[in-house]
Amino acid sequence: MKIYLKKSDYEKILEYAVSELPNEACGLIAGIIRNDGEEEIRNIEKVYLLTNTDHSNEHFSLDPKEQLQSIKDMRENGLTPLGNWHSHPESPSRSSQEDIRLAFDKNANYLILSLMDRSNPVLNSFHVENGESTKEELIFID
Amino acid sequence: MTITVSGNKKEVKDELTVAELIVLENVEMPEYTTVSVNEEFIQRGDHETHKLKEGDVVEFLYFMGGGRS
Ligand SMILES: [Zn+2]
Repeated sequence: MKIYLKKSDYEKILEYAVSELPNEACGLIAGIIRNDGEEEIRNIEKVYLLTNTDHSNEHFSLDPKEQLQSIKDMRENGLTPLGNWHSHPESPSRSSQEDIRLAFDKNANYLILSLMDRSNPVLNSFHVENGESTKEELIFID
Repeated sequence: MTITVSGNKKEVKDELTVAELIVLENVEMPEYTTVSVNEEFIQRGDHETHKLKEGDVVEFLYFMGGGRS
């Protein structure tokens, strides 16, 4: 699977995550799934910036009210929910044990933005299944 | 009666409860799912008693979260 993210959407996530420091920030991603031969291609067409209802630097939970509004917006725009994203203010861009435990959807893409090194933010996408998190191919496009 | 579930119209029996719909829809992890009917969240304790009506719009919102360690 290849996942494409527009640089402008990456900037949006980054800007919001920095503005929410020291807390973790989170949101949803939506887009279009297509097949290129055998391979699945996912284009992230829209990123959603949601409230972390935990307001914590160690936890995040998405606000169900905003989740509902986002899902409505995705439907109106013909987009498929693809997964979510959250930031790690002080740790690397990889799934924590708790992130894995609470990742219930094996079809979802879980994006993690590390702000540990503020001059060098890192965004990766993960697939979580059977208690294991695997890094996916995330490609930034103009 | 007809209701809308996750954006799709569905024919279901009259007075179907939220709890019955959860079973009918094979909702995985119901304990981590919030149900909304016409944009109102239905408390977990009310799932058994909340009866759906013609035209209701139901959404299942899966809990999304995580944490350090
Ligand atoms: Zn995390």
